[in-house]
Amino acid sequence: MPTMTMIEAIRDAHDVMMARDDNVVVFGEDVGYFGGVFRCTRGLQQKYGRARCFDTPINESGIVGTAIGMAAYGLRPCIEIQFADYMYPAYDQLVSEAARLRHRSANDFAAPVTVRMPTGGGIFGAQTHSQSPEALFTHVCGLKTVVPSNPYDAKGLLISAIECDDPVIFLEPKRLYNGPFDGHHDRPVVPWAKHPLSEVPEGHYSVPLGVASIRRPGTALTVLAYGTMVYVAEAAAAESGIDAEIIDLRTLLPLDTDTIAASVEKTRRCVIVHEATRTSGFGAELSATVQEMCFYHLEAPIIRVTGWDTPYPHAQEWAYFPGPQRVGEAFRRVMEA
Amino acid sequence: MSDHPRLSLHVPEPEFRPGAKPDFSGVTIPRAGTVRRPPVDTAPEEIRDLAYSIIRVLNRAGEAVGPWADQLSDEALQAGLKTMMKVRAYDTRMQMAQRQGKTSFYMQCTGEEAIACAFQMALEPGDMNFPTYRQQGLLIASGYPLVDMMCQIYSNSRDPMKGRQLPVMYSSKAHGFFSISGNLGTQYPQAVGWAMASAIKGDTCIAAGWIGDGSTAESDFHSALVFASTYKAPVVLNIVNNQWAISTFQGIARGGSGTFAARGHGFGIPALRVDGNDYLAVYAVARWAIERARRNLGPTLIEYVTYRAAAHSTSDDPAAYRPKEESEAWPLGDPVERLKNHLIVKKLWSEERHTQAVAEVEAEVIAAQKEAESYGTLHTGPKASGRDMFVDVFKEMPPHLRRQRQEAGY
Repeated sequence: MPTMTMIEAIRDAHDVMMARDDNVVVFGEDVGYFGGVFRCTRGLQQKYGRARCFDTPINESGIVGTAIGMAAYGLRPCIEIQFADYMYPAYDQLVSEAARLRHRSANDFAAPVTVRMPTGGGIFGAQTHSQSPEALFTHVCGLKTVVPSNPYDAKGLLISAIECDDPVIFLEPKRLYNGPFDGHHDRPVVPWAKHPLSEVPEGHYSVPLGVASIRRPGTALTVLAYGTMVYVAEAAAAESGIDAEIIDLRTLLPLDTDTIAASVEKTRRCVIVHEATRTSGFGAELSATVQEMCFYHLEAPIIRVTGWDTPYPHAQEWAYFPGPQRVGEAFRRVMEA
Repeated sequence: MSDHPRLSLHVPEPEFRPGAKPDFSGVTIPRAGTVRRPPVDTAPEEIRDLAYSIIRVLNRAGEAVGPWADQLSDEALQAGLKTMMKVRAYDTRMQMAQRQGKTSFYMQCTGEEAIACAFQMALEPGDMNFPTYRQQGLLIASGYPLVDMMCQIYSNSRDPMKGRQLPVMYSSKAHGFFSISGNLGTQYPQAVGWAMASAIKGDTCIAAGWIGDGSTAESDFHSALVFASTYKAPVVLNIVNNQWAISTFQGIARGGSGTFAARGHGFGIPALRVDGNDYLAVYAVARWAIERARRNLGPTLIEYVTYRAAAHSTSDDPAAYRPKEESEAWPLGDPVERLKNHLIVKKLWSEERHTQAVAEVEAEVIAAQKEAESYGTLHTGPKASGRDMFVDVFKEMPPHLRRQRQEAGY
């Protein structure tokens, strides 16, 4: 089986879907001739022509707005917002339009649009190229929100997203594009080829939306993580020697509460990890959900390890990033409680 | 302190506020029939003057004159008049229904009927409008049942929108009428996207976007024009300039630019300005722009100059911000009266026939209202189910919504 990076897997998902379905169109800033600033759409314009993969003006509201119109016509646009940080001009189109269209028209129209955007930090992108805005989407009824953490899932989830009849926000952790990253920024980069989840089947397969994956079975505590933080949690488990069960949520909405509840009922302890700022972050929703479902099984307070409530800094990136040391400390605290 | 003179902020004000006597004698209105009609494939830079003029067909005597005249058959003209009358009667009844407490909200299009009614007649089946909340004329002209519209207004048990939407936010894919949003301007880039999709698929259908003078200030207006210009999308971009955005006069959105139509020039989009109260002029201009789109010549921007004769909505009182006499003083007249006079001049109509038609239209609307009310109104009779609130958030209901629906008792 071929190994792929996240970028290659995402590109391959586009290729598979564009070949299977003429209604799939791909566009965004720099995605056409050049193939995207992260190269996730490389070669698609050459293969499928300019009418199916093209560059757009720098206008996120226009990108999402035209995609909604195309979806209403019957196409299946898969569009790229160059950085999740650039999404804000399109927020009205996502919240008031894409997310609401099926409901407000009583199923007369729908917006099956996939909106891809690189998310998270760890590349010295500072505050406008590092944000993790997932909670801004999970709070919106009518949107599905997906965060893959490895090439296998990225391809299978992106295929599911494009095939989904509802709008899907597809957040790609940019620090994972070229290799798994455990938060030890001072160590050499590990390439994807050395990771088992870089083995990606050729052709069509899908990973279902709304299903989490247990990345590391364990008995001592449950870690709820997604994207880059899955690797940070793995590093923290290895370095602390604490037998953590690590759940990669993969889809934040709909959330796989069955997998979460089963694990927390077993381990009786829960640590939630995300890179986004803490207050009103998705961790708050996870914490409330665990409390509602598992309160009488819990033996310790739920702990959140997150980015600080500050803009994502440049020089202080690694002081902001919730690395293995902070996560490991949370493990110890939750075990001592 | 600097030696420079002190700066001051310019905030535009309308000429007439309550208490003032409106006088539009200073407004330049070209005589009917005097604006040229270029071929549809004319380069945009050769017709820039048309964004600063007003295309008009019906003169004061009720005659159709000039190069934009003679596009409609006698039967089509009569049908057009009756459609506008039906829209007006519908508005009157629904406005009254709101005042009687049968619904929460309503929006009339009084004085603007010609724009939507005539435009719809220039479209073909399969084309798609992306309307605002004041284009009920598109639906009525397309033959959409009045009863269904009223059921939406009443949010009753037969409401096609299942009680989810504010009154007047209709949707009908079958009638080429995209779901209306309460967020202004969002539909403009969507219309462009729909048109791009039609071009991507090698289809023959075109799209029409609608926006008001006030909402042209939204960034989505700019987004739509950029994309329409770049991809030469087969779309007609309509601006209904009815002079008032709630209490804000059009000068606040227009700023220093001469006209709203002229906004198209920076994008290389041909722009026309037309008398929106002239059914024949609206139809002729719509046909011109639709033909351009259909022939893959790209987008057209049209500004319809009109006047919002009624309140913005049932929640608005225009007497608080504009003179009561302004509507009467408005120099472009009433679209229903003008088409009626034209038909009389052409000996296709008479005062007697008009009186009879008013009664017929009213009877039709009242009968529809009676039927609609038999399915309930907002506060009485059968209504949309609470269960419906949870349906269509997604195509298939995810587990968390199923749990919440149970919790809510549905």
